[in-house]
Amino acid sequence: MEFNLKIWRQKDARSQGGFIDYNLKGVSGEMSFLEMIDYLNKTLIEGGEEPVAFEHDCREGICGSCSLYINGRPHGPEDLIATCELRMTRFKDGDTIVIEPWRAKSFPVLKDLIVDRYAFDKIMQAGGFISVNTGAAPEANSIPVSKEAADEAYDAAICIGCGACVAACKNSSAMLFVAAKVSQLSLLPQGKAETAKRARAMVEKMDELGFGSCTNTTACETECPKGISMAHIARLNREFLLAGLKS
Amino acid sequence: MSSFINASIGKKFLVSISGLFLISFLAVHLFVNLFLLGGQESYNLIAHFMATDYVISVMEPMLAIGFLLHIIYSSYLTITNQSTRPHKYKIVDQSDTTSWASRNMFVLGGLVLIFLVIHLSNFWFQMQFGEMEYIEYGGVMVQDAYSLVTAKFTIWWQVLLYVAAAGFLGLHLLHGFQSAFLTLGLYNKIWRQRLMVIGILYTIVITAGFSLIPLYFLIAHYTT
Amino acid sequence: MSKLKSMIPDGPLEEKWNNHKNSVKLVSPANKNKLDIIVVGTGLSGSAAASTLGELGYNVKSFCFQDSPRRAHSVAAQGGMNAAKNYKNDGDSVYRLFKDIIKGGDYRAREAYVYRAAQVSNQSIDQLVAAGVPFAREYSGYLDNRSFGGVQVSRTFYAKGQTGQQCLLGAYSGLNRQIARGKVTMYTRRDMLDVVIVDGKARGIITRNLVSGEIERHSAHAVVLATGGYSTIYYLSTLAVGSNASAAWAAHRKGAFFANPSFVQIHPTSLPQLNDFQAKLTLMSESLRNDGRIWVPKKKGDTRHPNEIKEDERDYYLERRYPAFGNLVPRDVASRAAKERCDAGYGVGETGLSVYLDFSDSIARHGKETIKSRYENLFEMYQKITGIDPYNEPMRIYPAGHYTMGGLWVDYNLMTTIPGLFAIGESNFSDHGANRLGAGSLMQCAGDGYFILPVTIGNYLADEIKTPRISADISEFREAEQAAREKLQNLMAIKGTQTVNSFHRRLGRIMWDYCGMVKNEEGLKKAMKMLAGLKKEFWSDLRIPGTMDEINQELERAVRVADFFELGQLMCQDALSREESCGAHFREESQTPEGETQRIDSRFSYVSAWEYREKDKKHVLHKEELTFENVEIQERSYK
Repeated sequence: MEFNLKIWRQKDARSQGGFIDYNLKGVSGEMSFLEMIDYLNKTLIEGGEEPVAFEHDCREGICGSCSLYINGRPHGPEDLIATCELRMTRFKDGDTIVIEPWRAKSFPVLKDLIVDRYAFDKIMQAGGFISVNTGAAPEANSIPVSKEAADEAYDAAICIGCGACVAACKNSSAMLFVAAKVSQLSLLPQGKAETAKRARAMVEKMDELGFGSCTNTTACETECPKGISMAHIARLNREFLLAGLKS
Repeated sequence: MSSFINASIGKKFLVSISGLFLISFLAVHLFVNLFLLGGQESYNLIAHFMATDYVISVMEPMLAIGFLLHIIYSSYLTITNQSTRPHKYKIVDQSDTTSWASRNMFVLGGLVLIFLVIHLSNFWFQMQFGEMEYIEYGGVMVQDAYSLVTAKFTIWWQVLLYVAAAGFLGLHLLHGFQSAFLTLGLYNKIWRQRLMVIGILYTIVITAGFSLIPLYFLIAHYTT
Repeated sequence: MSKLKSMIPDGPLEEKWNNHKNSVKLVSPANKNKLDIIVVGTGLSGSAAASTLGELGYNVKSFCFQDSPRRAHSVAAQGGMNAAKNYKNDGDSVYRLFKDIIKGGDYRAREAYVYRAAQVSNQSIDQLVAAGVPFAREYSGYLDNRSFGGVQVSRTFYAKGQTGQQCLLGAYSGLNRQIARGKVTMYTRRDMLDVVIVDGKARGIITRNLVSGEIERHSAHAVVLATGGYSTIYYLSTLAVGSNASAAWAAHRKGAFFANPSFVQIHPTSLPQLNDFQAKLTLMSESLRNDGRIWVPKKKGDTRHPNEIKEDERDYYLERRYPAFGNLVPRDVASRAAKERCDAGYGVGETGLSVYLDFSDSIARHGKETIKSRYENLFEMYQKITGIDPYNEPMRIYPAGHYTMGGLWVDYNLMTTIPGLFAIGESNFSDHGANRLGAGSLMQCAGDGYFILPVTIGNYLADEIKTPRISADISEFREAEQAAREKLQNLMAIKGTQTVNSFHRRLGRIMWDYCGMVKNEEGLKKAMKMLAGLKKEFWSDLRIPGTMDEINQELERAVRVADFFELGQLMCQDALSREESCGAHFREESQTPEGETQRIDSRFSYVSAWEYREKDKKHVLHKEELTFENVEIQERSYK
């Protein structure tokens, strides 16, 4: 297959970037999207050019490194996958594919398609944990957790921190990301004690770091490679309101 | 409490609460409008009741505050949200992933607001400050609001305006209704579907009600 | 002659760890505050260690090459984590877990280490549950367990197919808490280039800031490596493409012995290679083998659709050869059996390099919903990648390089042969012998990071409380920085024509063919020659575009591949010296008449610890003899 690629190139955080067009022939449908870029990079390097910088690591949709905005959608046209799981069979021979980095004030571009997502870690540092010291944990089975609660907590916990929710949101809101963690930990008895404090601290940090507010468009939910539900945002709102009432 | 309002979720809470308040006002408003179909006397009497009842007179400034809160905080959030993505995408494809209404709530709200100004000057302003005819019902002098309203509804472009506004309002509600519940946390996987259905039904009733009444008078005007 | 002091405490096996904890030197809280520790790597072991050390009061500097500590490759462990809780009341115990690990490792691991790992496994589960890890639960609300490859009890805790992710995020959350407290300073996007030794002790590291390209010095009283495994040496493996051996190799070059480098586990259930540009092989959790049956057609080169091949035309070769364990034989046995069938011409798929993993019987027996509840995300993943629906037709699988049992040699305190340099998790060699049991990796990482290292490092640091903060502005640091810079400059200066990946792919092919699932003397010698030739070509024809002073992903890869050439040589040398088969290490010269591994305990019951000598000189082998007093040594038999 042959593709016309329009890729955002930017030397570093300070430089202006722009789109560069590449014509790539000889792509096979079995390639993953990232393997297609590997292939492009091989031709670029061999032709004496600099390869396109992009993030990737596990290449099986779990590490959350990959972060490409493809033809107007984070992680490309298919639902419930990360970019690394996208296959070239999803595109038609001769297609034009526009590849951009995540765009958000809180995710500055570092080079080409690489953005800095450390803001997510900062939000986590604000309260995305249960304050239990090593060694202080009680016997694991001393606290039963209903299967429903455990399963729902798991459904929130599978967030891979890729940032597609922010990239998709018209307001660059990190609500789904924050909600997934607050929801997970507030569903579990172990994490309940700190829920109010956690919800407040994480939301304040999110606001402070320049993420927008949620207007419930559900773009994040649809683009989330793990399909994390808006219902977790509702739970975060609830916990936050309760925290507000108590303060 | 100040930290609550300073947070994005706190502001959204005010938008939702005021939104739900305005949503409930719409139902009352439509209920009153239905009296138009009952003829001059029935409408004038209910209009008179609305203008003089103690509870309603308390609710009136509340309504104004509701509008103000809704407009101020949603504007504030919209404006701050504008700055979160200084570098825009070349292509954005959300046609399959989000509803048009959800992406354009501010525009829809603005259109409804413009209509609201016209609507208020058409009726509310007239009734408060304008020259009104009075009719006596059982010894009580009552403003002839019926004639004022039905006269407007015989002008085709006024009716068009009302129908269009009802449409914009409907789109605004379509997202706003369930969104308000989500923001308040009154929402989960089961209620999500229910709220969606209730929201759609409510929107249909409001939109149909507010657009059919002017159309009824316009058609009546041209057919009799 | 041996420089290897394993520091195993006296006393009966069950009491060693307790005795040790009771006798190690302690550091007072006030003194902890004066001591700095560097932890490299933020996987389960690294995050657990950094957060626990921070909690204790040490000043911790934590490093990772990814943009966030949460992305370390522990995230990809799927199946579960073992612990000897005996919640199922099926006769499990610390001793039995210990015995299973020793046996699974084919009697090439140290008893005392393994017993300790089994002992602390229960604490690790407690800790992770308390940290909010949503392990699977029964309807009663109590924790669920499942059985996992190679054992006869159900002791594996799991969170659907993403146990590693959940455990890592649990440890990561603890790490975040300490970062917020200011006890851990996080350095992301840093590649460790070297260890700095001052007066014979590890006192810091040299890193490259992967964004600015700056070469940085970081000093501390002790350095902990938690840098994971290196089966990316095969190019195609189940690991993240960024996983590498460079930190461990840098330590090795500075004097840390490298133990059992050739012990690499080949995972039996990965997706087969589909195209030439493939960057990795996706692992499917071996928990699938609990309900899936593995088969190939009885007829050679049968190209019919699997659903058209009738029951009596299928060869369920694992069930046929190993009736007692069937599809649940250990990984190496399953892997070699697949290779054997494919080499004999019975493999399926276009390349003939895959076998079927079939769920139709389980679906018929338990219903689709039950199977779905167990493996939903794995089935989804398979369908996403291959486009085949495993509910209706068998999966295709093939073995892939996976876990490296080998790693830096450590003593009972998890300290390498460099004083003050510790290695935990997969980067050390300690617990798994010649083969690792399923769900043993998370167990070891959590145990090392949460409960073992924080105790044992105190024993070392207790003697350092008078050592003032280490300055990074001394000659040892300057020289190490200069050497690191020169290495990078040399790579940049080659200016040849070929990409790093093209070399890596060829290197990986050599390793896979000759130092992979099956090895022999001739092949290993050939591989060493080929490696030397390819290395020469690498150093003369590599092309790295761009500069050193910016994000340069080609340079990052080149550093890793350059080290892989040296590690590859050592792996071959190690494999060559071990003229027996054991665990995952299979030398063709040493097999039973049935084609199974033939251990030679009389000659090879030792750990091979290799000492680096200057460039181009051969490594020196040190043997740490293994003694087994608490388990009866058996021939491994899964029949």
